[in-house]
Amino acid sequence: MTALAESARRKRSPRPSDPGKSGMIGQGRTTPYLFSLPTILVVAAVLAFPVIYGVWESLYRPEILGAPEEWVGLQNYIDLLTPGSVTFEPFWQSMEATGKFTLYSVPLLVVIPLLVALILNQEFLGRNFFRTMYFAPYVLGVAVIGILWRYLLDTNVGLVNYYLGQLGLPDNIPWTNELPWGWVALVGPTVWWTLGFNTVIYLAGLQDIDPALYDAAKVDGANRWRRFLHVTLPGLRPILLFVITVTILASANVFGQAYLITEGAPGDETQTAIMYIAEEGLRNFKMGSAAAMSYVLALFLAVISVVNFVLFRYRED
Amino acid sequence: MEGTTTRIESKESRRNPGQLAILVLSYVGLILLTIVFVAPLLWMLSTSFKTNLEATQLPPSWIPENFTTEAYSTIFKTGESQTPVLRWFFNSIVAASAQTVLVLVTASMAAYALARMNFPGRNVLFAVIITTLFIPQFVFLMPNYLIVDMFGWLDTLLAVIVPGAAGAFGVFFLRQFFVSMPHELEEAALVDGANRFQIFLRIILPLSKAPLATLAVLSFLVNWNDFLWPVYVLFSPENLTLPPGLSILQNAYSTDYAVVMAGGVVASIPVLIVFILAQKYVIQGVSRSGLKG
Repeated sequence: MTALAESARRKRSPRPSDPGKSGMIGQGRTTPYLFSLPTILVVAAVLAFPVIYGVWESLYRPEILGAPEEWVGLQNYIDLLTPGSVTFEPFWQSMEATGKFTLYSVPLLVVIPLLVALILNQEFLGRNFFRTMYFAPYVLGVAVIGILWRYLLDTNVGLVNYYLGQLGLPDNIPWTNELPWGWVALVGPTVWWTLGFNTVIYLAGLQDIDPALYDAAKVDGANRWRRFLHVTLPGLRPILLFVITVTILASANVFGQAYLITEGAPGDETQTAIMYIAEEGLRNFKMGSAAAMSYVLALFLAVISVVNFVLFRYRED
Repeated sequence: MEGTTTRIESKESRRNPGQLAILVLSYVGLILLTIVFVAPLLWMLSTSFKTNLEATQLPPSWIPENFTTEAYSTIFKTGESQTPVLRWFFNSIVAASAQTVLVLVTASMAAYALARMNFPGRNVLFAVIITTLFIPQFVFLMPNYLIVDMFGWLDTLLAVIVPGAAGAFGVFFLRQFFVSMPHELEEAALVDGANRFQIFLRIILPLSKAPLATLAVLSFLVNWNDFLWPVYVLFSPENLTLPPGLSILQNAYSTDYAVVMAGGVVASIPVLIVFILAQKYVIQGVSRSGLKG
């Protein structure tokens, strides 16, 4: 994922120096292949082959109750598009859950880290300290985030309800098992967890903007807001594209939070697509249909990424 | 990174009242935000030293009134246990370290070939590796599960070590660095009769300590924190790594928050230590991945 911005950027900048003229001397013909072999092997075994194998698998119905595995062609895909089939309803409900989660979390994760980065980009005492503090939750795994927030959001003994009560607000909100609270219980901790990541990316982008542009804008009498609008935002455009794309992809992958905090509740309302796919394929061993679902989800993400990219490109021209 | 900060604020050494107000407001906001980010972690630590009773008592006590290591004794108790947290800790250390070493070996070798050698098929190879970066991870779930099963690795640490042992990110990351090294280095060594492998080991790698360290730290964190995959490929209590273990712990001790938080602390401490010690590498790695690759 992280290479998106890099490749986007590389299209614009001159190619990095070509691996050189010295490339041909002092090496046997096989040397480069020997160096690449470990990666080729692993990439082939666990990356390239699986994708093809997965497509193959999605054309099968697995063995059920002793009935052997059976070639079913596109049936798994057709089922996903046929209302009333076994997988149709739960799959699209899980897609909707993932869609909602993405819709609620991405704007927050694009805007708040930008604000934080703008503040941290000023020169003042302790800015590195603050950056470190905000980034800290990101190095923890989703498992820790999940069990911690499940506790903090506990209806009866959780700190969140307790402090809401202290502020004179309702103190009995069922965060983890009723809607719309369930969404807050998934989105809030996610923002808390990953805000630092986007902030660090924005900060690096902000520091790439030529300070002379700000000085020029100042000479022209531009105030803070105008400088932000006409210098900062345009300068950040490739970074914004990167942050938005990566955040959408990460949100669409949401699994651990829903698995640990809401456990899909209420009903299956917060069961995300990845949760359903994983349970269906790796718990109930309906791998063909789960593989088909994962390709449908991947197709959605591909379309979103392309649209995203095109939108940003056009605005640039 | 620090050197290039915008100097808008500090250029005029005397700040006017408006700027001062903004600075004060910024500080207040930043400190509030720091509390929001740090308090939950401190709460986890504090709770892990409480009795179960105190962990569920309101108003909350931020400093344990009855300081106890009971929760830790519970999760560390030896003998038959459905939640052998120490064992998970050990498994996680083994898996994350092994995978990190493998990633460094595979990525540095391939990146060296791709960056410094000309050979037929190089561009195709690079294209294939890059393409895998754009394929979402969940697409690999079913097929990788079948492959891991085929090798008989289900419910063993190999299932969480091998599939991530080589990946596009590492290759890509190191290649960027190798490409920018001056060719004179290699030419001199070649003239002296060194072969490619010697050059790789004695010249390229020693000059790449910083990017290798960055990649090592990032790989370790990613593997240590991986959740979905181990949840499904590891089953036996003694074979789990910490993240799926915490999920089991939460179910087994659903009302005993002191114990669950103690598990969270055990899973957090190594990564927080790595982060504090290697902060520079982590943050550089993250910001470079978004910018310079």
